[in-house]
Amino acid sequence: MGNPMKIRAAVKDGVTEVKILMQHEMETGMRKDADGVLVPAWFISDVKAEYQGRVVLEAQFGQSVSKNPYLLFHFKGGAAGDKVTVSWADNKGDKRTDEAAITAA
Amino acid sequence: MNNMTDNQTINLQRRNALKVGGGLGLLALFGSLGLVGNVMAESDRKAFAAKSMDEALTAMGVIIPENSDAIKLTVPEIAENGAVVPVTVISTLANVEQISIFVDKNPNVLAASFTIPQGTESMVTTRVKMGQTANVIALVKAGGKFYRVAREVKVTAGGCGG
Repeated sequence: MGNPMKIRAAVKDGVTEVKILMQHEMETGMRKDADGVLVPAWFISDVKAEYQGRVVLEAQFGQSVSKNPYLLFHFKGGAAGDKVTVSWADNKGDKRTDEAAITAA
Repeated sequence: MNNMTDNQTINLQRRNALKVGGGLGLLALFGSLGLVGNVMAESDRKAFAAKSMDEALTAMGVIIPENSDAIKLTVPEIAENGAVVPVTVISTLANVEQISIFVDKNPNVLAASFTIPQGTESMVTTRVKMGQTANVIALVKAGGKFYRVAREVKVTAGGCGG
């Protein structure tokens, strides 16, 4: 299931700012462990953010995105109290969905 | 069709049925990821495996992207920690559909690709790993055309430790 994301969403002047911090190792598949064995690639490949059933951002990641991926973006609309839902899927088939209520900035 | 024997017609139908079936299988695969609706998914993943900028751009169907002043790429001039390099792309182009971020000297050059739906501002911030001093390239698809901007980041400690 992965660890919970931290999501902050704040609306100001009709624009909602969303900040997402995912918890994931984001292994490149190039790193070797202490015994010299290659650590297999393990990374979030797909991310989707939704507001009231409308997709507000879709992302695809490769191995070059940093450990514990961070995202910031803005979408038009959004009302305080409404929820923003974010889900990710990784290359091993693990998934996670979290949501956060929009606050007034 | 008139000249065809019944047998041939049946074969044709069978082939079409198979085609449809294969398509459904693919759809089910994306469905299981919970990400139905991204038709580009397959070719995009090919771009993520690309080892060079040329290979990545070809996989994405980009001919030669134009350099554009309408894209603002914010990266640090010097990254002390290549494992966490903040990247912000802001574009003032009209009808932005997609923003992609590349690191040209990484083993896999394409770091992230964002689909920007209508109503979402053409701006995104994330963090990428950089193995060595390299160019960070922002590629923006707007109105069906591709535009790019590149900026060098000097890395003093690599991001692919071990």
